[in-house]
Amino acid sequence: MCTHNNIQNTDNWKEVEGFAKKALPEHIVAFIEECRQDANPESKLIKVLQLVQEHFGYLGRTQMDAVAQLLQVPMAKVSGVATFYHFFRLVPRGKYLIRVCLGTACYVKGAERVVDKFKEELGIRFGETTKDGLFSLEGTRCLGCCGLAPVVEINEEIFGQVTPDKIPAILEHFTEKESEIKTQ
Amino acid sequence: MNNVNANYELLLQKAEEYRNSLGYGEKIRIRVGSATCEHAAGSQIVYEEFQKHILSSGRQDIILEKTGCTGRCSCEPIVGVFIPNKLPVKYQLVKRETVHKIFMDHIVGGKVVPENLLDKTPDSCKYHILMCDGTGCGGALDSGLRFQFEMKIAELGLKPEEVWLTHIGCLGFCTIMDKKEQTVQVMVRPDNIIYKIKTIKDIEDIIDSHFKKGKVVQRLVAKEKPISQRFYNLYGDVAFFNKQTRIALRNAGVVNPESIYDYLHYKGFLALKEVLQKNDPEWVVKQITESKLRGRGGGGFPTGQKWASARKTQEKIRYIICNADEGDPGAFMDRSMLESDPFSIVEGMIIGGFAIGAQKGYFYIRAEYPLAVERISHAIEECRKHNLLGQNILGSDFSFDLEIRLGAGAFVCGEETALIHSIEGERGQPRVRPPYPTESGLWGKPTVINNVETFANVPPIIVYGPDWFAQVGTRNSGGTKVFALAGKIQRTGLVEVPMGTTLRDIVYGIGGGPAGGRKAKAIQTGGPAGGCIPEKYFDTPVDFDTLGKLGSIMGSGGMIVLDEDDCMVDVAKFYMEFCQDESCGKCTPCREGTKRILETLTRITEGKGTEEDLAKLERLAKLVKKSSLCGLGKAAPNPILSTLNYFRDEYEAHVRDKKCPAHKCRSLIHYVIDPEKCVGCTMCAKNCPVPCITGERKEVHVIDTARCIKCGRCFEVCRFKAVKKL
Repeated sequence: MCTHNNIQNTDNWKEVEGFAKKALPEHIVAFIEECRQDANPESKLIKVLQLVQEHFGYLGRTQMDAVAQLLQVPMAKVSGVATFYHFFRLVPRGKYLIRVCLGTACYVKGAERVVDKFKEELGIRFGETTKDGLFSLEGTRCLGCCGLAPVVEINEEIFGQVTPDKIPAILEHFTEKESEIKTQ
Repeated sequence: MNNVNANYELLLQKAEEYRNSLGYGEKIRIRVGSATCEHAAGSQIVYEEFQKHILSSGRQDIILEKTGCTGRCSCEPIVGVFIPNKLPVKYQLVKRETVHKIFMDHIVGGKVVPENLLDKTPDSCKYHILMCDGTGCGGALDSGLRFQFEMKIAELGLKPEEVWLTHIGCLGFCTIMDKKEQTVQVMVRPDNIIYKIKTIKDIEDIIDSHFKKGKVVQRLVAKEKPISQRFYNLYGDVAFFNKQTRIALRNAGVVNPESIYDYLHYKGFLALKEVLQKNDPEWVVKQITESKLRGRGGGGFPTGQKWASARKTQEKIRYIICNADEGDPGAFMDRSMLESDPFSIVEGMIIGGFAIGAQKGYFYIRAEYPLAVERISHAIEECRKHNLLGQNILGSDFSFDLEIRLGAGAFVCGEETALIHSIEGERGQPRVRPPYPTESGLWGKPTVINNVETFANVPPIIVYGPDWFAQVGTRNSGGTKVFALAGKIQRTGLVEVPMGTTLRDIVYGIGGGPAGGRKAKAIQTGGPAGGCIPEKYFDTPVDFDTLGKLGSIMGSGGMIVLDEDDCMVDVAKFYMEFCQDESCGKCTPCREGTKRILETLTRITEGKGTEEDLAKLERLAKLVKKSSLCGLGKAAPNPILSTLNYFRDEYEAHVRDKKCPAHKCRSLIHYVIDPEKCVGCTMCAKNCPVPCITGERKEVHVIDTARCIKCGRCFEVCRFKAVKKL
């Protein structure tokens, strides 16, 4: 039984379902309902959590509860899966997620120094977000662009052959974009 | 008799009609590389820029299209310009600004832009001859035919602008020819004709008739088309490519990965047609077994044997899975294949599904590869539309469908039982084998899991026959292997070579060795599960067995070249960090062992290690290797054991002399300024973050080593090489 947020201690499925549906956007609810028609609905758990993270940027407790209810899998399993895979985040992150590739090729070509420079410029460590909520910093597994090492990925945009002195310009590119949005 | 053939012919006809309607063959084609790495290098901007140029010029005779990546990473973005009846021209490192020049000079003016030519290929020649140097043509080598050709060209005074000859690795052709008949294969571009030559007279005829009069010498023309021909048609003049044998990557950079018609045009789904027409799964398994194809994911298990054991089970519901969870740092061939040639992987999977009697297949792709996911989904959609997936494929009795499942960033999911758990929606933890997945896999049903590259090899084996494939490789491993060459090397990229090629040929012959004439110290193969092979073993022919003997593994084919600046202890530590972090925690040896190994290694790199630590390290590494549950733990100690074996002196220097010979480990180095070289420019002092560098302008500067944080900034900024790492 869930004791969290809006989902009260209740046996009334209609009520639980109602709260759960409210916690998730429509397309995800529809997707879960589609999954329930399949032979092995629980096997789609990872996909559902991916959709949730895509929408919210992270997996919150309320959303995980809702997924557990609607997909009819125990909350223990949902949280077990969410904590097992590197891809899932349980805390909100900045608007721009900086992921520095720490694959071998990047490592031997100086990814460590790139990381140091990002930390210095942003004043945050791995897994943290800047105070303005703009940037988060993470290390990532090989992005498969070893020929361009060292590689940095910022929200699906890939930057190749990054050296520490290129970093201020890269960050500026995003802060400028932000201030443009603001002035508009 | 089924009507598979008729349905296939219909599809082919459709493809040709479509291509003709667009004007293929008559129009100029511009092809821009499009894959994750190409995009990172800026190919999307280049594509848009070409689009603008074509629009504003109002020209109707130009086709702009995307192609996958060829695997020549450090030269991307790559753009090909194909003008009918002319040699194809490829440009490298194309930027937005170069697009205008290429468009105006080359496409409008007809003059090649020399400064951007890929790998400095000659800009123009009337005929380009590719001469096969493959071992299959070896018999003829003795008769000196190869030299005769060159001599004749020189004798007749043909200039490089007219005829230009290059030697290439192997056209992948050797086995189609009559084995008793010793001939040398030469390919003539841009006509893309392959001649088989035997005598000096043949050479004279080709020169006289073809090069001088433009008439093809019909009696010498080879009837069969080798698998790599299409690739060489386009890229035969590039040294990086023509020493390779492209089978799995045959279509990379050749087809448009978003067009099923393009794939069909290049003999796509021909293998599937043959399989469905024969309608004999046993035959397919037999072909694959005879081809000596071994799993390309790392383990090297014979694919035919795996398929056969799944077939043997009583259970009628069976699954086939494509393992595209390419987690090895430093390996990216699977990504490239998924992005550049998605249809052939799909085709390989359908054939596999047919062979083992599966009804459903799953693609398990890493979420870190969004473009690959997009291309594969598109390919699956297209196949469904054209009756290549779904009910009664091509009118046969075989029904099969595919579904994509995304990984979520867990390296251990590359292990087959963990992967199955992940598809089932569980935590991706492995389990004890046996039972093997071929007996009890996904939802307890027989399941075959193969790697992307394994599936990519299936269609050519069916079309060209198992004998040909087996002959390309070594005695126990058929075919080729794709390696991802990266690290301290000049030409990084994907390299496909026959099994049995030596490491030296790969590193120096194709990769060009480390930049600036430096020496390669070692090569790390197989990712975190592999080992480091020192330079003295570079002449080892590469296959699954030989690498195993050297204490490394083939793995999925990552190859990272290390030079004198890389500390082997640090490299071992890097891999151990990775494995420790990725250990799923299920079994104790891996969970605890990797942690303790990492602690010991960290101590050593910080200069706190003792000689006793080395013995402990070795013992623990062997223990973890022996007692872990799955492949991750079993292989995690490989980097340590191999570096301890080959580079023990480096470990000893760390623990005994507290020195890092490669000057890499931060705790063991310090920076000093050479008073003789320092001119007092103040550059170092200005950049020092601490700051711990003192000195007046135009006077010698000094580093206060007690306060120095060893960030290395001064070392980088000094233009007089006055800062030294000791």
